[in-house]
Amino acid sequence: MLVFVVRRLAGLVVVLFLISVLVFLIFFETPGVDPSARLAGRNPAPATVAAVKHEFGLDRPLPVRYALMMKRLFISRDLVSYGNQALKVVPAITTAAPVTFSLVIGAAVLWVIVSIVMGVLAVTFKGTIVDPLLMIVALIGISMPVFWLGEVMNLFSQDRLHDTFLFSWVPPLGYTPLTENPWQWFLHLIIPWFTLSVLYIGFYARVLRANLLEVQNEDYVRTARAKGLSPRRVLLKHMLRNSLITFVSLFGLDFGVLVGGGALLTEVVFGLPGVGRLTYNSLVSLDLPVIMATVIYGAFFITIMSALVDILYARLDPRIRPT
Amino acid sequence: MAEFAYEPEPELKLAPGESVREISGRSPWRIAGRRLVRNRLAMAALGLFLLIVAVCFLAPVYANDIADTDPFVSNISGTTIVDGKRVDVLQQGGGGGLGLGEVPLGPTWHSNYFLGADNQGRDVMARVLYGGRASLEIGIGSALISCVIALIVALLAGFFRGWADTILSRTMDLIWAFPVYLLAISLATVLLTTPGGVKIGFITIDPASLWVPTLIIALIYVPYVFRPLRGQVLSVREKEYVEAAISQGASNLRLMLSDILPNVVSTAIVLLPLMIATTILTESALSFLSIGVQAPKASWGTVIQDGQELLYTRPTVAIAPGIMIVLTVLALNVLGDGVRDALDPRAKVHVRE
Repeated sequence: MLVFVVRRLAGLVVVLFLISVLVFLIFFETPGVDPSARLAGRNPAPATVAAVKHEFGLDRPLPVRYALMMKRLFISRDLVSYGNQALKVVPAITTAAPVTFSLVIGAAVLWVIVSIVMGVLAVTFKGTIVDPLLMIVALIGISMPVFWLGEVMNLFSQDRLHDTFLFSWVPPLGYTPLTENPWQWFLHLIIPWFTLSVLYIGFYARVLRANLLEVQNEDYVRTARAKGLSPRRVLLKHMLRNSLITFVSLFGLDFGVLVGGGALLTEVVFGLPGVGRLTYNSLVSLDLPVIMATVIYGAFFITIMSALVDILYARLDPRIRPT
Repeated sequence: MAEFAYEPEPELKLAPGESVREISGRSPWRIAGRRLVRNRLAMAALGLFLLIVAVCFLAPVYANDIADTDPFVSNISGTTIVDGKRVDVLQQGGGGGLGLGEVPLGPTWHSNYFLGADNQGRDVMARVLYGGRASLEIGIGSALISCVIALIVALLAGFFRGWADTILSRTMDLIWAFPVYLLAISLATVLLTTPGGVKIGFITIDPASLWVPTLIIALIYVPYVFRPLRGQVLSVREKEYVEAAISQGASNLRLMLSDILPNVVSTAIVLLPLMIATTILTESALSFLSIGVQAPKASWGTVIQDGQELLYTRPTVAIAPGIMIVLTVLALNVLGDGVRDALDPRAKVHVRE
């Protein structure tokens, strides 16, 4: 087990290094482009360009340029956005991260509960109208672009039905930190949570249903039935538990992707100042240092999450542990 | 997302309600075709998808012959005729209770400006149709390119194994490690901001062309198709018929193309409709973030973006393209399920001799 963990972590370090190199190359070493013009933002003054050139060591060899950039990003943490002078990149990310976490954790709770209920109901009522109906709902859920669903939700909750009892509680778009006012935090996030989770509810419900149907012919399920256990107990204690293995590993990866930037569209539509929205804003102003930092942050988070999932998985299920 | 987590079953299985006689002595492709045609839901989905494709590719007919509007030129001071009356495309003073600003024409439900006008007085219906064309071209094109690249890389990696496999698989893992949207954003910002287009060798990619989003989306999804394919190539390579071909002195190229490829291509085909569904969603998201299709061209994503500012006054602008996306992606997902069931029914039906 220890060997496995060490190897997985060593692999992680290599991947992280390669990711940072790749991002650096994509952003600053594109053939035929002057990186100093890029870094300096839109329509820079010649003095800024010269300062940038010196600061990033653009007249020095490639490995030095890479090292300087990484030093500013991780060690001195003073990478400054040139399009938006006051903005320091690393603190901007650390203040935005809690918003993204609030959004993703809430949505994750919602999608895990609802999709398990849907999957179990679909299998319980297989052969009746309930099963196909639930699966159609799930399929529609995975077919909707999340930003469009968010706009439709906004249309109804902020405007068309805002004055009716249904949505009169909805606060204007934006965010209130949990530490400031927990109740407002909750109210602001209900609709974004729902919007973000719809896709995953549909996807996980389908996966869980397929999994449950697959295990229902397994020997251990037959044994459980033969012992005279109630169907409900067989379904919940025996079948569901085993089906959750796939579920858990999918969950770890999806959660990582969402925190790492996948929630960008939801954040933009609902005006939540998270990491995704930071990326979006810098995209609008072509603020390359910020985009690069958020991309690296996201990729790092996802890679670390997937390594953790692997290790946790190997801990839970010894069959997976390769030596 | 692991939407493409798909492991093919090695041997041919019976679909529910199918007898052994029906499939014995027929080629796998014919069996699959028959199963697909019998699947009414999948056929309905295919019909819906083809209908959407046909309607979108007839966009010029609508714009030129029916509505007589140009969806790519702004028409701020234009007028049009509704119910025999001449009305402004952008109406003054309709916005909110203050009576300020301009509000574009709402849906007329008539031949011209069927869905109303957008901020610049352009016909939304025509833009949705033209936009659909671009979205479908990018979606289908990038899914195909992605599958072809993944097939080639998987054949090379799985066939040569060893070093080639290590390098190719690790490269794929690296792309996989990136969040899809962030990789697309990185590539798009770089490609779109390079003046005069990026030159790769002797090819120059114009930032305004549809090839930019198509290639970006194709590239980011390669690892998702590559993974299942590589595993399959590795297992097919060990089969007796491949050994037989080797002993007959077949060349590597021949082994790859005529012995291994036909046995793994079905996996790529199963994934194709689901891939197109995913790439269409990705395209719309990128265009919504204004790093996909570039103005004046339209796609469903850009029309939704245009409609964002008009959301509360003229919601049709944002809603209509979204409904088109949902219908298209839904049809492709249902069709994808059907194709998978046809080529590889995982149904646990036991044949009793």
